[in-house]
Amino acid sequence: MKIKWALLTILFTIATVLTGCDNPLMVLDPKGPVAATQADVIMISIWTMAFVVLVVMVLYIFMIMKYRASKQRDDYEPPHIEGSKVLEIIWVAIPIIIVAFLSVVTVKTTNEVEATPKGYGDQEPLVIYASSSNWKWHFSYPEEDIETVNYLFIPTNRPIEFKLYSFGPISSFWIPQLGGQKYAMSDMVNTLHLAADVPGEYMGRNSNFSGSGFAQQTFNVNALSAKDYDKWVDEIKATAKPITEEKFNELLKPGHVGQSTYTGTHLEFSPAPEGENAGHDHGSSDTEEHDSKDSHEEHSEHSNMNH
Amino acid sequence: MDYFDRFAVPHPSPAIYASMVAIGLTMIAVVAGITYFKKWGYLWREWLTTVDHKRIGIMYILAALLMLFRGGVDALMMRAQTAIPDNGLLDGQHYNEVFTTHGVVMILFMAMPFIIGLMNIVTPLQIGARDVAFPRLNAVSFWLFFMGAMLFNISFVVGGSPDAGWTSYFPLASNDFSESVGSNYYAISLQIAGIGTLLTGINFIVTILKMRAPGMNLMKMPMFTWSILITNFIIVFAFPVLTVALALMTMDRLFGTQFFTMANGGSDMLWANLFWVWGHPEVYIVILPAFGIYSEIISTFARRNLYGYNSMVISMVAISTLSFIVWAHHFYTMGHGAMVNGIFSITTMAIAVPTGVKIFNWLFTLWKGKIVFTVPMLYSLAFIPIFTLGGVTGVMLAMASADYQYHNTMFLVVHFHYVLIPGTVFAVLAGFTYWWPKMFGFMLSEKIGKWSFWFITIGFNVTFFPMFITGLDGQARRMYTYSESTGYGPLNMLSFVGAIGLAIGFALIVYNIYWSTRYASRNISNDPWDARSLEWATHTPIPEYNFAVVPTVASTEAFWDAKKKGFKLFGGKVEKIHMPNNSGVPFIMSCIFFVWGFALVFSMWIIAIIATIGIFACMIHRSFEKDHGRYISVEEIEETENKLRGAK
Repeated sequence: MKIKWALLTILFTIATVLTGCDNPLMVLDPKGPVAATQADVIMISIWTMAFVVLVVMVLYIFMIMKYRASKQRDDYEPPHIEGSKVLEIIWVAIPIIIVAFLSVVTVKTTNEVEATPKGYGDQEPLVIYASSSNWKWHFSYPEEDIETVNYLFIPTNRPIEFKLYSFGPISSFWIPQLGGQKYAMSDMVNTLHLAADVPGEYMGRNSNFSGSGFAQQTFNVNALSAKDYDKWVDEIKATAKPITEEKFNELLKPGHVGQSTYTGTHLEFSPAPEGENAGHDHGSSDTEEHDSKDSHEEHSEHSNMNH
Repeated sequence: MDYFDRFAVPHPSPAIYASMVAIGLTMIAVVAGITYFKKWGYLWREWLTTVDHKRIGIMYILAALLMLFRGGVDALMMRAQTAIPDNGLLDGQHYNEVFTTHGVVMILFMAMPFIIGLMNIVTPLQIGARDVAFPRLNAVSFWLFFMGAMLFNISFVVGGSPDAGWTSYFPLASNDFSESVGSNYYAISLQIAGIGTLLTGINFIVTILKMRAPGMNLMKMPMFTWSILITNFIIVFAFPVLTVALALMTMDRLFGTQFFTMANGGSDMLWANLFWVWGHPEVYIVILPAFGIYSEIISTFARRNLYGYNSMVISMVAISTLSFIVWAHHFYTMGHGAMVNGIFSITTMAIAVPTGVKIFNWLFTLWKGKIVFTVPMLYSLAFIPIFTLGGVTGVMLAMASADYQYHNTMFLVVHFHYVLIPGTVFAVLAGFTYWWPKMFGFMLSEKIGKWSFWFITIGFNVTFFPMFITGLDGQARRMYTYSESTGYGPLNMLSFVGAIGLAIGFALIVYNIYWSTRYASRNISNDPWDARSLEWATHTPIPEYNFAVVPTVASTEAFWDAKKKGFKLFGGKVEKIHMPNNSGVPFIMSCIFFVWGFALVFSMWIIAIIATIGIFACMIHRSFEKDHGRYISVEEIEETENKLRGAK
């Protein structure tokens, strides 16, 4: 008996903790439209599932309270019961309805988070290339022509398109309070749509295990108003040194480095694995043979750099 | 000297040196003990060469228990390391090795062999057979698994453990990023054990399809046998994918091919897909037999037939089919777009429907029953609510848009522990306690068993529940440490406390085995639980030939009906019985496989070639060997039967 009450208490506690406002959990404390959509989906699913758990628990407690041997006559012989068509149809049909409901929610919201956030459609997204190397993040801003390492400044209220790829193992780019994660891989570029509503500092990290320095592969995210953001960009341009190939190769060596800032981007001499530079042929007929050969050479270069 | 350097562990620590000494001393003690008691002959005749499904099953379970403690110590080390922020107990590299081996050992060398052990012991008995279809192949299966497991475990002290996670994602597991031989161990030991499992799959499909007692058509099989049949079909369809993936991995690591590397068009995504095309069905390989075990136990101790037999079978077939079309949900975040993710979300959530059917059928098996709270029943009853929690979090994870937030976090980790521990671990503990008297002729202590049950159940929830919360708070999995400012400290400490509770529970199981072996009454009946299926219809201890007369079956609960309604199970008269001969070849061949694997791990080509020739020599020997088995005479059977009856 203890265990059922314990479980109910736990269930109640989780509901309280999840909805509590004192110290909200990161994922449920969104600061942008994508994370907000995801937090809504999570809460919808928690409540739906709480209903399922409740039904099972009520039946369960009823069965083991009522039909325990100590409450039956000694000579009671339980009957032989084959099953019941009606009951079985009920417990197939209701779960199907629940799954159908959740499927609609999933498909709708998955399309939402895979596109420019709602209400941001009229703005030109800011494109930032986020590439990982053991165990750092490099952020290239082609529009502003600057590059940062291990920290990210973004303007609020503007859609941002992260172009993700990796110079090493698969990494996963994740800023929980702005939205869910996506993989950064060596042979293709992934696009992640995010936006920040609220200025502030957020935690970002690689969440996909990538070797011994993985735990510390984090970065700071600073969301600024458009005006402050422009000021920051101007400041970088006035003070930072240009990034060179030698400097960048040094940065790529496995290990941890602090935050740093450069003018220019590494994309100029080491383009991202997209388009003709993609790591493998996706079967598009317009890729000419010499192009894919080039890209292969490009990639052997990348992997050599990591030694 | 360079040649020998590679055998050294790359990052030695006092714990590893201590284990080396401990392993060395234990081996010397075992060898000395066997020699002193003059048991080499006994060991060889009765165990190493046996083809008896019951003994092979017991060896599987023994090996699985050993591995449970190996994997359990890994788990304790992980919880201890993360119990406080910025802990220095383990460094990053060690932590990575520990969680990698924890995952591999628990899934492949604990859960699978434990299940296969129980299926070996029980399935032939439940269908009224004398042994499995291919007894010698069964011995090959066991010894290949065992040698694979041993090869994997020596990585700890020779050359270094794998450190790329149990999923061994590329390019992390490639030579570029994992320079030690650890990942070679992974590829080759899993390959050897996997071949053994594949053979088991074929063996049990044939056994169940061809060797059932007269009258037992498919829809009269006990539910455990049904779950085993379906599981073995999954094994036969899923394991070849692992075999191929591991072969490609081996070639990448040893021979410089580029299937999964970053250069020359290799694709890391290909590995992830192949791994999970096997990996997801693998989850059901360890969970469906658990469902079968629970069906037997719940029905036995509710003193009622299983509710909704037909829908139980249909739901298992549905689950096994769906298990092959959901693999991409393990990497929604790989960037395959909203369309693909949507489809895989729906197929994944669809699994909840047949699983729900099973939960409700178990609940309604309790309805109008007369529930007796024995240790196996306690595990089965605890399973229902905890597994439901694991299942509903699975539905949450299936929703792609939300999964972008759960992926790679503790939320995911706790989800699969909430399905695998109450699902598989509770089931094998329940099954182990339930069938123990049939295996060994005495009961395990119910009192100690209940203590360990409560330690394990409460310890489990205290360990894992906090991770739901830290996961939603952004704690990524596989982090060897975190800073105090994250605020994960207190809940991780709670997890560690729970882990100690779990450890006490498992230690009590060992104590229970010791105590019961010494003190439990040997005076038990053939059917101490008042059970319902055929394995309880034969003697305890079970004679080598299982049934003197092959039983005739008329219902799903043949033995129960024989007890209650007076059906005659054993109609025929005793005739001479054909049995297979023991053989040392499976053991010898598997030892050569071990040498072959070790040689490949360290790229010692000459030894590898010699071992390959040795393996083929064993197979050729078998092909030309004339062995028609032997007969047990009627007199011998009657003598055994009288002795067993007299023992009561």
